[in-house]
Amino acid sequence: MIKEKNIVRWLLSGVPLLFLLLFFIAPSLIIVFTSFRFPGEFGGLAPLIAPMGTVDVEHGLTLEAYQFFFSDTLYVRVFIKSLQVAVVTTLICLIMSYPLALLIARSKERLRNIMLLLVVLPFASNFLIRIYAWVIILDPESVLSYFINLILNLVGISPVIFLFSPFAVLLGMVYVHLPFMILPLYINLEKHDPILLDAAQDLGASHWKCFWYITWPLSISGVSSGIVLVFISALGMFAVPDILGGTGDILIGNLIKDQFISTRDWPFGAVLSIMLALTILLIIGLGAYFLRRLRKRNYAT
Amino acid sequence: MRHSHSKLWIAGALVYIFLYIPLAIVVIYSFNDSKLNTEWVGFTLSWYEALFNNKEMLIAVCNSLIIAISSSFGATILGTMAGLAIHRYKLRVLSILFFAPIAMPEILLGVSLLLFFLQVLNLTLGMVSIIIAHTTFCIGFVAIIVKSRLQDMDESIFESARDLGASSWQCFHLVTLPLIMPAMIAGALMSFTLSIDDFIITFFTKGVGDPILPIQIYTMIKVAVTPEVNAISTLLMLLTLFTIIIGIKLSSSFLYVRKNNEST
Repeated sequence: MIKEKNIVRWLLSGVPLLFLLLFFIAPSLIIVFTSFRFPGEFGGLAPLIAPMGTVDVEHGLTLEAYQFFFSDTLYVRVFIKSLQVAVVTTLICLIMSYPLALLIARSKERLRNIMLLLVVLPFASNFLIRIYAWVIILDPESVLSYFINLILNLVGISPVIFLFSPFAVLLGMVYVHLPFMILPLYINLEKHDPILLDAAQDLGASHWKCFWYITWPLSISGVSSGIVLVFISALGMFAVPDILGGTGDILIGNLIKDQFISTRDWPFGAVLSIMLALTILLIIGLGAYFLRRLRKRNYAT
Repeated sequence: MRHSHSKLWIAGALVYIFLYIPLAIVVIYSFNDSKLNTEWVGFTLSWYEALFNNKEMLIAVCNSLIIAISSSFGATILGTMAGLAIHRYKLRVLSILFFAPIAMPEILLGVSLLLFFLQVLNLTLGMVSIIIAHTTFCIGFVAIIVKSRLQDMDESIFESARDLGASSWQCFHLVTLPLIMPAMIAGALMSFTLSIDDFIITFFTKGVGDPILPIQIYTMIKVAVTPEVNAISTLLMLLTLFTIIIGIKLSSSFLYVRKNNEST
């Protein structure tokens, strides 16, 4: 009996564990290893050990790719820009999602499910199509561009092209990530006890005070999981700038993609990927640290 | 309270409009009798016709369906095992490992799998590599759903089954399995939609030979934008809508059976 239990235990945890060790942990280690290699002459990687009979072929391990990253401020600048875009995207998503999540959480139960479904539905349509839709809307010859430029013309401002601009990238980023924010916020807000608000109102608190002293502090955990989801995804995004951005709107994701698809400089691509992972870990770590301090202070008062 | 509620309704309605206008425009222009997506000329079904005569696109759809079905099958089995293991043995390492692929930006998963397939496994990229990659990131989603379902259940059901003399296998396939079935179906459907929808990981793990739907759409958007893209988008929306409706129907019918059993 004990033996059978043990077998079940090993089988249940072992099989998926093995799969992920092979296809998740090993690849992650490979990427670290790759970052210390030399790039191959025709893309890919240079051999680890020099082939027989050749002398001056680059081989072995090196820090060259890391040096290259820091040798030009271009890459650091792209990282900073990507961080800015990710932060602004996250903030806009938060501001847009909060009222909707609150509305759904405070609606009647039957209505609630339909409203949630309406949030998830566009999310279930193809990812690329959600980005592409904005190409149609922002096209210089689209109805929207026409009207906006008509108004701008009346005020005396020269016509604006929205497509392939930072504005288009931001719009696409917000659109693609919105449900990631709405859902965790809703899950949190739905649990709030309405009695708290009733009590506060009976005691004469205004709507704003009720929100600021009750709803908002209680929703911090939902807010932070929404922020984490949107921020991580936004920081690595390359499809949105690829489709909606101009040549100057490159983000980290596009840099990484280019190293693996067109330039084929794998070691440098690996360095960029590691930098992205480190940035995310650093920021999430800092966020968690400040959140914990905030909580402690709140308990103290 | 009323006053603030109406303000919330306005804000909420605006977000809904923001969510739906782009999709509505894609659908509307898929019926537009013009090569340009700028103004309405007249109604036509010719883009759908062109789509059904586009052999490569049809192969791409088939390939993507094969990938989605195989990877959701694999992810459901592995993810269910993972969910059961996390719930029963409460190992932190397990849950961190199972959920890490979800928390990671997709591009990192794609790139690391690309390097792994080419360098270590010497695998020619193609359908197999995409199926493995999709399975990897879907496992966590299935595991979360199965685990939360198990958490909501009363442990005493299993104890009483065992007290009544059920072997651990009987206990599993007569008690546990039927109870977690809705979660498994939900997980499978979620994996299916995630796989069909996924562009980023597919982009890195795809081969040269077989056309895959998201890659096909990507080249259409990047290279030659024709309203055919709108037509395929509209059809895809219908497909996901259909999957979601099946999901709701299936899970509610399961709940219905359970409620009936509880009441008798």
